[in-house]
Amino acid sequence: MKNQLKQVFHSPRFVIGFVIFVFMLGMAVLYPLLVPGDPLEMVASSSYPPGTYISLADTLESKQYGLDLDITATRLNKLISQEDKDAMVLWLTKYRGIAEEDIPVEDSVEMVHFWNEHYDPEVEQKGLTNAKRQYYRRLASRMATILETKDIIIATKNPETGALEESNTISFNTYTNVKDIASRRNFVLGTDNFGRDVLKELTHAVGTSLKMGLLAGVIATLIGLTLGLLSGYLGGLVDDIIMFVTNLFTVIPSFVLIILISFSVSQSARGVMLVGVIIGLTSWTWTTRSVRSQVISLRNRDHVNLSKLSGHSLPRIIVQDILPYIASYVVMALILQISSAILAEAQLSMLGLGPSTTKVATLGLMMNWAMTAQAPLAGRWWAFLPIILSIALITFSLNLMNTGLDQVFNPQLRD
Amino acid sequence: MPVSKIDREKRAKCLAGTGVTKVFGVGNARNVAVDHVDFDFREGEIISIVGESGSGKTTLSKMILGLISVTEGEIEYQGKPRDIKSHAKKKEYWKGIQAIFQDPFSSYNMFNKIDSVLLDCINMRGGRSLPKAEKEAMMTEACSFVNLKYAELTNKYPFELSGGQMQRLMIARIFLLKPKILLADEPTSMIDACSRATILDMLLKLRDEINMTIIFITHDIGLAYYVSDMVYIMEQGKFVEVGTADEVILNPKADYTKRLISDVPKIHEEWDLSTV
Ligand SMILES: Nc1ncnc2c1ncn2[C@@H]1O[C@H](COP(=O)(O)OP(=O)(O)O)[C@@H](O)[C@H]1O
Ligand SMILES: [Mg+2]
Repeated sequence: MKNQLKQVFHSPRFVIGFVIFVFMLGMAVLYPLLVPGDPLEMVASSSYPPGTYISLADTLESKQYGLDLDITATRLNKLISQEDKDAMVLWLTKYRGIAEEDIPVEDSVEMVHFWNEHYDPEVEQKGLTNAKRQYYRRLASRMATILETKDIIIATKNPETGALEESNTISFNTYTNVKDIASRRNFVLGTDNFGRDVLKELTHAVGTSLKMGLLAGVIATLIGLTLGLLSGYLGGLVDDIIMFVTNLFTVIPSFVLIILISFSVSQSARGVMLVGVIIGLTSWTWTTRSVRSQVISLRNRDHVNLSKLSGHSLPRIIVQDILPYIASYVVMALILQISSAILAEAQLSMLGLGPSTTKVATLGLMMNWAMTAQAPLAGRWWAFLPIILSIALITFSLNLMNTGLDQVFNPQLRD
Repeated sequence: MPVSKIDREKRAKCLAGTGVTKVFGVGNARNVAVDHVDFDFREGEIISIVGESGSGKTTLSKMILGLISVTEGEIEYQGKPRDIKSHAKKKEYWKGIQAIFQDPFSSYNMFNKIDSVLLDCINMRGGRSLPKAEKEAMMTEACSFVNLKYAELTNKYPFELSGGQMQRLMIARIFLLKPKILLADEPTSMIDACSRATILDMLLKLRDEINMTIIFITHDIGLAYYVSDMVYIMEQGKFVEVGTADEVILNPKADYTKRLISDVPKIHEEWDLSTV
């Protein structure tokens, strides 16, 4: 036994799976400890991309530093999008007949000069819609002033006269140190459509999904193990009845069953753990089958016969002479059940039949929220990619651990 | 050491069977492993059941032990129809009949320590409440009977022993249980040649010690002649010849028996060649 445990940790597959799993588990356990607070608090007013957000008002009041950096180029690159550039090139080649090679697209400053020099709204623009014409006009007016770096004046209203009084000017070489700004927040994975911190929500969801998966897996394994042991060891009528029920559950795909049960449970009652129970109650069949076939091959073994001859009772024989021999197998079955339960919850939630709650997040619910907010269409990758990745990593690590264990316990599979 | 001729009829009946049959499977998979066999084992005898592999010896022994059901036929135990319907009755039956199996490597639960194997035997004989020291003394005695040292075995697992040692531990188990009948199913076929003679000697010594009936199952007719009073020759689930060891082996009637006997010298010739 000790030897086998050692061997388990010599199996590269198991170790890789184990490390990934411990990482995910650690994230779910440690992150809420390090960054306490309600994981579903709505902090942003919409879905924002990842980044560090600092208060604009704070920047005005914070300490100012003068830095002499040439920032025109980098600033322009941020201000003029690729779309703008493409539009400019299109216009210049089409209505000015300029060859594409002659346009200085690479250098943003030159490009602005070039555009300002050659753009003329009076030119006949055939085949251009009115909206497009307006767009070019707006673009041109932006370009006309974009190179000017005039100081920005900050004014406050005089409470008595109502007149604006200059209180501060900010020139383009005025800087502030990010550390000086009190109000800032780093959203590593941005915010979702409800304005929640995605990373925080995700770690919370990983934890809930693992708990739910464990519950479902334990239920399915316990039912499957009990039925498999009884049907395999006792045989006869008990076996016939149990196998009949098992076949019944197998004929109706468990996912369809889950959907039906989920659908019939009222919305208000469908919490995360109830969904776990439903998944567990419908996915025990293959554990039953495989435990049964293992037990059938064990029950005629001589060590079982010897135990009978020693006068041991049926429960004792099952617990002492059968169970230890299939224990490693049951652990593997449990691992697979957890992994498939997490997947089942995700699928169910995507169909809108998952846990009906806004108090906790699960991986499936987060996917569902991202889908309803059309995050993939809007290109808000941070709202769904990390979730897909988490689901994939968890199930992948569990399956890796399982094959690792399989290799140790079934030596003929070792390559 | 052929056992002296005994007056069979004077001995009490301990185990008898009429028309005992075992059928595995149904339809196309139907396999008659044991086919209407009759037997009559008397107290104190050593009975050999001899047959090739697959002839149904193990199946018959499992039926005799009550480990598998009997498809057809009756088994009488101590002159009365055997009743092993309830667990309590079975337990009572197994106080009287015990077994040593063919493969020592699969006979032990590899998760239980050796002590628990021996303690089970003491418990079965009603020694559950004995003081610890007394139990240990009993286990030490049983181990030394088979030339094993209890002090070295305690806290070990059966798989840490050699095949021969495991089979000796089985005999120590029988020593503690002191059953009336011992069924030994090819107890020496899976262990190394050197340990074989030791095991046989210990079995015979044990018989003298606790005076039990031994049903000895083997595929080796020479060995059967060596140890037994009565010989049952089994071919494809049927007894083709039954009699005292001298009758059957010195004067065989069935062709199958003759063939089995003619195989024996050949084996010895090979032995001689390889050892010279
Ligand atoms: N549990 C079983 N199920 C089906 N067939 C069996 C079973 N056990 C034994 N048999 C069959 O019964 C026949 C006799 O086997 P066995 O009693 O083990 O022979 P032996 O011990 O003489 O070698 C064989 O054909 C074997 O395949
Ligand atoms: Mg056999």
